[in-house]
Amino acid sequence: MFLAAVTYMVAFIAFAWDVAAHSRTTQRLESQHVQKKAPARKAQLVGAGVGSTAKSGTRSANKNEGRLVSNEQGTGARGLGFNKSAAEMLEGEVADSSMMWGSGTQKRTAARIAVAVMILGAVIHLAGVLSRAFAAGRVPWGNMYEFCTTGALVVSVVFLISLIFRDLRFVGVLVSGLALTMMTAATIGFPTPVGHLKPALQSYWLVIHVSIAVLASGIFTITFAMAVLQLIQTRRERDIISGKGSKLNFMRLVPSSQALENFAFRLNAVGFVMWTFTLAAGAIWAEKAWGRYWGWDTKEVWTFVIWVVYAAYLHARATRGWAGPRSAWLSIAGYLCIVFNFTIVNVFFSGLHSYSGL
Amino acid sequence: MAKKETTATALGPMGMLRWAWTQLTKMNTALFLLLMLAVAAVPGSIFPQRIQDPTKVSDYIETHPTWGPIADKIQLFDVFSSVWFAAIYILLFISLIGCVIPRANQHYKALRKKPAKTPKNFDRLPVHRTLTIPSSAGVEDLSSEQAITDATAVLKKRHYRVDVQSIDGVYSVSAERGYIREIGNIIFHVAMIGVLIGVAVGSLFGYRGQKILVEGDTFVNSLISFDSFTPGTNYNPDWLDPYTVTLNKFDVEYDRQQGSHTYGDDLDYTADLSFQETDGTTDQATLKVNDPVNVNGTNLYLSGNGYAPIIKVENSDGSVAYEGPVVGLTSDGKYTSSIVLKVPDAKNGQLGFVGMFLPTGERDATTNIPRSIDSEALNPMLVLQSYTGDLGLDSGRPQNVYVLDTNTLKPLNTMATGNGIVLDAANNTVDLPEGHGKVTFEGYKRYVGLDVHYDPGKKIVLWSFIVAFCGLIISLFVPRRRVWVRAQSAGSDLLVEYGLLARGEDPRLADEADKLTDIFAARWGLEFSEADDA
Repeated sequence: MFLAAVTYMVAFIAFAWDVAAHSRTTQRLESQHVQKKAPARKAQLVGAGVGSTAKSGTRSANKNEGRLVSNEQGTGARGLGFNKSAAEMLEGEVADSSMMWGSGTQKRTAARIAVAVMILGAVIHLAGVLSRAFAAGRVPWGNMYEFCTTGALVVSVVFLISLIFRDLRFVGVLVSGLALTMMTAATIGFPTPVGHLKPALQSYWLVIHVSIAVLASGIFTITFAMAVLQLIQTRRERDIISGKGSKLNFMRLVPSSQALENFAFRLNAVGFVMWTFTLAAGAIWAEKAWGRYWGWDTKEVWTFVIWVVYAAYLHARATRGWAGPRSAWLSIAGYLCIVFNFTIVNVFFSGLHSYSGL
Repeated sequence: MAKKETTATALGPMGMLRWAWTQLTKMNTALFLLLMLAVAAVPGSIFPQRIQDPTKVSDYIETHPTWGPIADKIQLFDVFSSVWFAAIYILLFISLIGCVIPRANQHYKALRKKPAKTPKNFDRLPVHRTLTIPSSAGVEDLSSEQAITDATAVLKKRHYRVDVQSIDGVYSVSAERGYIREIGNIIFHVAMIGVLIGVAVGSLFGYRGQKILVEGDTFVNSLISFDSFTPGTNYNPDWLDPYTVTLNKFDVEYDRQQGSHTYGDDLDYTADLSFQETDGTTDQATLKVNDPVNVNGTNLYLSGNGYAPIIKVENSDGSVAYEGPVVGLTSDGKYTSSIVLKVPDAKNGQLGFVGMFLPTGERDATTNIPRSIDSEALNPMLVLQSYTGDLGLDSGRPQNVYVLDTNTLKPLNTMATGNGIVLDAANNTVDLPEGHGKVTFEGYKRYVGLDVHYDPGKKIVLWSFIVAFCGLIISLFVPRRRVWVRAQSAGSDLLVEYGLLARGEDPRLADEADKLTDIFAARWGLEFSEADDA
């Protein structure tokens, strides 16, 4: 028993340490992001064209050991609603749309350090969450504190993983800021010591339902950040095209609004599938635990609202007049619903999901 | 004005309908309805809902005398069965049907047609490539016809539908893949209708009933034995299958880990049930939270539990006026359970008791008021106030068994007068004043709240959903794209052009073009060298 108490304490200290380390990490991140804006202002981005020319490099013919030689030309991907003249005007004003690594020539030392520190933060964070999980002997999402810490971890890990495929460092400020907010909320707002689960939560569906929900929320966090940037970028692009110029120079690091929209759409599609799964897994669990798959409990209502908003988002892209900023607003609205569902509904609304341990 | 009227009549009722139909099946309208649905669901989480907690609703109406009835009138307490919510989703589903039918029809035609003809100008396509194969390479056998045959084979292997054409002697192939994307899309939307049908079937032909069952008691699955019964709109209670359920034992496991944050909380519930079906067969089952028991298609759920102290009330002449377990309503985390006992058969005037059952009773050090400090029955205690008078049970008006109206009764023992009854295992009996006999606390039993549910639409919903989910994944992640390849000689060189067009979202279109280049290069033995951009 004493040993268990010691383990709890170690877990708790590990957590406190993790939170402190992570806060520091993210704070440092943010200051670094501020610093890195400065060089960006001076240095003109070189060779950062918009997607139209992404694949236009001529492969010239040459003879090689008697094999056939040839030549390939062509264009690469253009987003929906691509406008060539507009793209030319924006050339050099926005980052490369392909979001591939190495497409920008500028060295971003600060950003590199930021990512390295964020990886370190995530590793420490992971250790903290794992120690909590081991201390409790179950999945670390049984109350609000654990949702927040695990959620923040998922957000940063999803972000870091997507960095492997694409250079998304431009959303770093927003993502790390959100992770920091979640950690702060967890430690100040809902600190809860390790404890056991209520009988209703003892089900493998807790693992399935909540993990996918948290993962989907992590993805929606990133698309939310992209939607915000998309709106800013759209405005800036309009200003640049109309010849007014724009003061928001740090947005140079951000790809064109069109590229942002396309990429956010793909992520949102994945997020939507996950959310659909969350909803269904929740319904199956509800059927087992409460005897009905759907009963319009407050949490169910909000999960449904979020699902419908993102469904509308997916439809919006295919609807005339709704692509672009309007769909970005829908994505933001969807994310705000998630935040609302996660905070206000858990804390202030009573319902069957009142497990938050508050 | 007059002119307007004539146009209106000229449109006619059929025209109006057609106009309404076109409006309704527009994507814009569907989007608007979707957003409306999201907004309309919100009040359902803000206001108390009758489907969840009818008492909360009546409390709300009582505390808001002006606004309450208005909110009730506009169905804010029954959002999800309200006229306006139904109107939105019915319109949405009509709109959905109106969208899906023409699209399915169109897709059916597209499936039977050959891929679209090769366009003249590939430059207009979002992705296009040109391979220039010089004849100086010394290969003459690659004619334009052979190149197209090869390209056709390649595309076929990549699951494209192909159609080879020769326009004015120029060979080309048009290809399309990912027809299943649209099929997935249609399946998803049709399956959503299936979900709606399943929900409707459940609410028409299902039922739900609640029954509180004390250890050792048996309950028959029939209308009269339920404490509460909610049949579906079209459910006939005569259809109930009258099997019997007996609660043999109910066990609770507590958190006894020292230092645990949740020390003393319940960790696990286990109800031991036995069944007897109508044909006489018997069965045993263990019922747990999250693990319902299925009996003849109905599901039994463990929805609650509590304590039922066994109370014996004797008349002054020694005859028993009441003896048995009294179900206590749990009012806090320590299982402090409120007790109401009505004894109409007491000889010296009817008796009524109001009180508390405390699983682990302890007198507060300062106030000396007994309270429960643990949810396990370690030191069971019974605290009672007694009343006498007309309980009003003979008036024929139905009464809540958990409420005793003490206004018209004469108090015998009350906490206020200092002679309240406090009984425990050691001191388990007390005489009532004025010759009303005596009360004995004989122990306790556990009881469980059983929910009996029958939902024939459940399976429809589940399967529709699984189909919808598959459809969703297909419609989002299978790319639908068209490819055209054209080969013609330009001077001594052979020019192979190919253009790609995405139908719907397709972020990997350029990758596909790269892949085709690589495949062609491998097939024809081409070698590229990366030259400078200039």
